[in-house]
Amino acid sequence: MGSWHIDLDRDVCIGSAVCGGTAPAYFRLGDDNRSRPIHDDVEPDEIVLAAAESCPTEAITVRDSDGKQLAP
Amino acid sequence: VRTYPFGPAVGLELDPTYVHLRENEPLSRVKLPYGEEAWLVTRYDDVRTVLADPRFSRAETVTRDMPRLHPERVAGGLVDLDPPEHSRLRRLVTKAFTVRRVERLRARADEVATELLDGLVVAGPPADLLETFAVPLPGTVVCELLGIPYGDRDEFRSWVDAFVSTTTLTPEQRRGYLGRLAAYLDVLATQRREEPTDDLLGALVLARDEDARLTGEEIVNLALLMLGAGYESTATMIGNFVYTLLTRPDQWELLRARPDLVPRAVEELLRFIPSAPTAAALPRYATEDVPLSGGTVRAGAPVLTARAVANRDPRVFDDPERLDITREPTSHLAFGHGVHHCFGAQLARMDLQVALALLVDRLPSLRLAVPERELSWKSGLAVRGLVRLPVTW
Repeated sequence: MGSWHIDLDRDVCIGSAVCGGTAPAYFRLGDDNRSRPIHDDVEPDEIVLAAAESCPTEAITVRDSDGKQLAP
Repeated sequence: VRTYPFGPAVGLELDPTYVHLRENEPLSRVKLPYGEEAWLVTRYDDVRTVLADPRFSRAETVTRDMPRLHPERVAGGLVDLDPPEHSRLRRLVTKAFTVRRVERLRARADEVATELLDGLVVAGPPADLLETFAVPLPGTVVCELLGIPYGDRDEFRSWVDAFVSTTTLTPEQRRGYLGRLAAYLDVLATQRREEPTDDLLGALVLARDEDARLTGEEIVNLALLMLGAGYESTATMIGNFVYTLLTRPDQWELLRARPDLVPRAVEELLRFIPSAPTAAALPRYATEDVPLSGGTVRAGAPVLTARAVANRDPRVFDDPERLDITREPTSHLAFGHGVHHCFGAQLARMDLQVALALLVDRLPSLRLAVPERELSWKSGLAVRGLVRLPVTW
């Protein structure tokens, strides 16, 4: 099924740190108080979808290798 | 060890003890009326760590003698869980409580605010801005969001008061009111199971992940949380915002002249106003030894976070004791941080922005109708707020 691609819109991110708390292996808050994915491309892992779907501003988009949007 | 709270909350003032501790004793020992002794953190970085670092747990508070203000420990539902249990619920809620759903309500909030202000203008000054505007605006919005008939509000408002009360009711009264509110919400949720609706309650009933749907009890608890936070807290904050601006007329004038500053003003007022009367709500337990700026918190120790004084930490904010509505948007901690960051934050922001924008536009000469010292403040609630806000224009 190939790897997933994470996009994080830093203009939409409010630095709530929900993603980093939900999936600490995948997201980290930068010094600018905006989150970023630790790796843009990751192996499929449900917790990444949970993080994207828990973001209060829907700043995180997860797509599969075919470009199909998986979350939010 | 200091006795906590340090003293009664006065208006929207921040007890100077907090600033003293932040500068001199950033990890300090406190004893609350009930439960074990705790650490209190006051610096921005430490507060953020305790709120967001997975080495701090909310779930631990359920089994421990949690530091607290009243004898009974009140179950918090979603906020009593840690990941991954928390993630499942949070994800389902956010799926229902989408950005689109909130933005769709903005036009409606605008309409409601306009109608309320039309009514105020027709009736003429003076008026209690809380009852006539600050309460019905977010109340109508959150009811429409959930799909609760706002006409039922007289019934459920006293029940909602029970939700935000920390000390004004006896535990028996509190349980009674909450039980009635839960029963009322359960009826609405059951109706939606039979007949789906497009409101948030309907979406929660339908929301599901790969494992299961939300249980009836989970839905009722979430709806309770949304009503309590989305209704009374936002209403109280609108009052606090207006009070804070009217007692700093230069800032009110500036906002009147530059309504484009409304979104910034909302963030600055959220940063500046110590809305919680104490830092006692939602303590965390360390699950490992964690070094903070004042020393190491040992595994098993409870920690309280003083977000209000962290929001005025000079290490992060320039001239932090000054309200400046032109301030660059900052990552204040008014909505928390980490997995328990308020999931209604965007709804609250929307309500607060609409309220301020309409007020400066329609009532530009707004001012307090009584001397400031005659205002009285509620006590024993989760959010500080005025009993009444008499204004004239």
